[in-house]
Amino acid sequence: MRNLKEIKDLYNKNELKVRELIDFYLKKIEEWEPFIHAFLTVPYEEIEKQINELEKKPKDLPLYGIPIAIKDNILTKNIRTTCASKILENFIPPYDATIIRRLKDNGAIIIGKTNLDEFAMGSSTENSAFGPTKNPWDIERVPGGSSGGSAACVSAGEIPVSIGSDTGGSIRLPASFTGVIGLKPTYGLVSRYGLVAFASSLDQIGPFGRRVEDVASILQVIAGHDPMDSTSSPYEIPDYFENLGKSVKGWKVGFPEELWQKGVSEEVLKVLDRSFDVFKDLGVEIVKISLPSVEYALSVYYIIATSEASSNLARYDGVKYGYREEAEDLISMYKNTRGHGFGSEVKRRIILGTYALSAGYYDAYYLKATKVRNLIRREFEEAFKKVDIIVSPTSPILPFKLGEKISDPLQMYLTDIMTIPVNLAGIPAISMPAGFYNNLPVGIQFMSTFFSENRLLQFAYAYQEMMDFSDKYPSLPQKERA
Amino acid sequence: MFKPVIGLEVHAQLSTKTKLFCSCSTDQENVPPNTNVCPVCMGFPGVLPVINKKAVEFAIKAGLALNCEISNYSKFDRKNYFYPDLPKGYQISQYDLPLCRNGYLEIFVDGEVKKIRIKRIHLEEDAGKLLHVGAGDRLSEADYSLVDFNRAGIPLIEIVTEPDINSPKEARIFLQELRLILRYLEISSGDMEKGSLRCDANISIQTQEGVLGTRTEIKNVNSFYSLEKALEYEIERQIELLKKGEQVIQETRHWDEKNQKTVSLRGKEEAEDYRYFPEPDLPPLIVTEEIKEKLKREIPALPKELREKYFSLGLSQTEVEIIISEKKLAEFFDKSLELYNNPKNLLNWISVEILSYMNDNNISFKDLNILPENFIKIIQMVDKNEITRPVAKDVLRKYLTTGKDPEEIVEENGLKIVSDTSYLQEIIQKVILNNEKAVSDWKKGKKQVLNFLVGQVMKETKGRASLDVVKNLLEEELNKL
Repeated sequence: MRNLKEIKDLYNKNELKVRELIDFYLKKIEEWEPFIHAFLTVPYEEIEKQINELEKKPKDLPLYGIPIAIKDNILTKNIRTTCASKILENFIPPYDATIIRRLKDNGAIIIGKTNLDEFAMGSSTENSAFGPTKNPWDIERVPGGSSGGSAACVSAGEIPVSIGSDTGGSIRLPASFTGVIGLKPTYGLVSRYGLVAFASSLDQIGPFGRRVEDVASILQVIAGHDPMDSTSSPYEIPDYFENLGKSVKGWKVGFPEELWQKGVSEEVLKVLDRSFDVFKDLGVEIVKISLPSVEYALSVYYIIATSEASSNLARYDGVKYGYREEAEDLISMYKNTRGHGFGSEVKRRIILGTYALSAGYYDAYYLKATKVRNLIRREFEEAFKKVDIIVSPTSPILPFKLGEKISDPLQMYLTDIMTIPVNLAGIPAISMPAGFYNNLPVGIQFMSTFFSENRLLQFAYAYQEMMDFSDKYPSLPQKERA
Repeated sequence: MFKPVIGLEVHAQLSTKTKLFCSCSTDQENVPPNTNVCPVCMGFPGVLPVINKKAVEFAIKAGLALNCEISNYSKFDRKNYFYPDLPKGYQISQYDLPLCRNGYLEIFVDGEVKKIRIKRIHLEEDAGKLLHVGAGDRLSEADYSLVDFNRAGIPLIEIVTEPDINSPKEARIFLQELRLILRYLEISSGDMEKGSLRCDANISIQTQEGVLGTRTEIKNVNSFYSLEKALEYEIERQIELLKKGEQVIQETRHWDEKNQKTVSLRGKEEAEDYRYFPEPDLPPLIVTEEIKEKLKREIPALPKELREKYFSLGLSQTEVEIIISEKKLAEFFDKSLELYNNPKNLLNWISVEILSYMNDNNISFKDLNILPENFIKIIQMVDKNEITRPVAKDVLRKYLTTGKDPEEIVEENGLKIVSDTSYLQEIIQKVILNNEKAVSDWKKGKKQVLNFLVGQVMKETKGRASLDVVKNLLEEELNKL
């Protein structure tokens, strides 16, 4: 019962009770948590309440009795939501994010809140005020970030599915590092209402799972227009299962040279070689394409994302909620609260963004970055006139060791070089497990055009049928705790 | 040459039912602090703004009424600064692409028309309110401060003029005319004392044609009167400096109402960098021609048009200003005029009887329950000599309080004019008997006691007798003595 179909079958045959399933996963969580620290909160009382609520609901709900973990930057009413930050350490949200409401309405059970880099800023989940999450495949290594907790818990089998958020790769990178599937939908497909904003024009919520069908099941429920989010698209949601299993023969798969050259490690390239045999077997045609402007993506991203973040994080001022350090006067209260409430990476980005938006620098930085961003988007649009899918490594490197890059922000930022262009363009992308190197997972990224999740999932499913790692689990580490 | 050059920045709260980006009520009166609030207007984590369509329409109407170009494409921007009354740490406003641009407003100053250009009108959200507790009434002096977010998120329009104003009086007249228009459009209550209309003034002194002086900005102007006073003070202060050969410093100054002077608040070097950038949570604002046309059709006749109309009826400027001071009053006047084609007399009745009733009860015209046909009935009863003028006043007041048909009021209370001379004679005899002293004074030639005696008769008749008739009859009787 490790994927949604198995669980549903057992429920339907009355061979499994919701409580039994939840207990099964809670036990897994108890086993694994001391080693990986994927969860920040497991709200036992709220879980109990949800199970009781569920008894009144119809059994044919699409996610009936499905336990799900939620990245802790998505608001859950009555369940602490911290963003892995001291500044929100004791924050109990007064409302549910739109996606939480949709998940609950469709029968899902929120089983816990997962660790992340503080305010989703980071690529390793080391920037958590409550300690890092570790990679279940090697607890000396990072799970990637920022949705490291949501990836690690699915990877370890603590939960079948989870939710993350992706601003520059925060779903796909940890999916790749932990050997699970992570989908970043088109910007505007999933409501952001209740997602704590990091970079509003880039943030998007998406699911993690072990199988493409599971990811499709979650997407089906969370996608769709939300009147509370003015940037959510009125696009009509198709049946995401419709195309699963259909052939992709004859599809054109774009191979952007820019994303396969620079900085991609030998190990990653070696593992990904096998995927090209898969493509051959699937009968798709590899087409070389060029995305010349992606070379600027990282720079553009760190201007736009930090600019928006500097503004989005201004509300944590000690006045209304969250952490507050008293002081003699207002300015000192602000300084103490924000100075001690935020971690160093968050402060670094606030300073960067504040600088980029300052009078006299705006044109040179922010305005120019938005122009290059448009260029990047246009290059993708052009490319998708020629190809159905674009393929790249999800990460240029293997999961690295804890502490290895934490003191070198630039090296850390480079980890996201494959995933960032996707957010700048606003297109959907999925990271699929593509194999292992010395027992360390390697992911492959498929991108497709705006609102083409249906076809993206079709392609990922076809790939999964040739390269299925959904039953491959890391083994529980020995009792000595890391 | 010392020529004052003034530009105004006016903030008007829009009277929409709900706030600019959430569905909280905009009600400010008799509401306990922090009750008309929600996660959106309190800037909770994860919330997003959703634009209030009505507020956009109101802003466009203001633009149309002020002869502005309405942008087909405009957008929202974030204005970033920290203050405890600003829940998100930024205000959603409009920066480089405002909703309305390049308009003007014509005002009437000393019998001349003056055109004040409007640079822009944009939409933005209001902040909350701070309540400072303890020692001083400012944040820096208080023991502690409380925040009320009821006001946070209420829609505002900011109207910015070009520096076309050249005297405190012009500034005051501009602001009054602007308020009148906002009220005619029914998009803002325009109450300065309640803070729903606020005004900052930029002022400099021009000493040479074509060369602008250094300006200061005056804040905390809370009434038309203080706008005029603050500008007068500031003009004098700047001219004094210039006469002494000193420089005016570019700064923000606070109008100190208590001491009737402006004081320095902060200098240019302390001016904040608001780091404006496009609001990523809101799509651009697209205004189609259809919407513009629809809103144009909804705009009523405005004061300027009405003034011309009433002048042409032969009313004086004072009279015209009375009628147009409230839109409902002007509408009432128009309807009354259709039933009773005597503008001068109508105006007399309105300004004497209705305005005094409004003053006595401290209400405005829109609060009155008055139908033109009933009002005209009363006037016509006087014209037809069916009731006296003093009785008519009472009938009108009774009508305004009870809403009863005026004819019924007259009928029920027997208020018809007393033309029966034998009845009047009876009363006159009684008055003569009861007022020996006055009568003897009359005999001694003190003719002015007549008025007193007439008053006594009128009192007895409860005002129902015609003054002239009583006067004549009484004189006749006295002369007989």
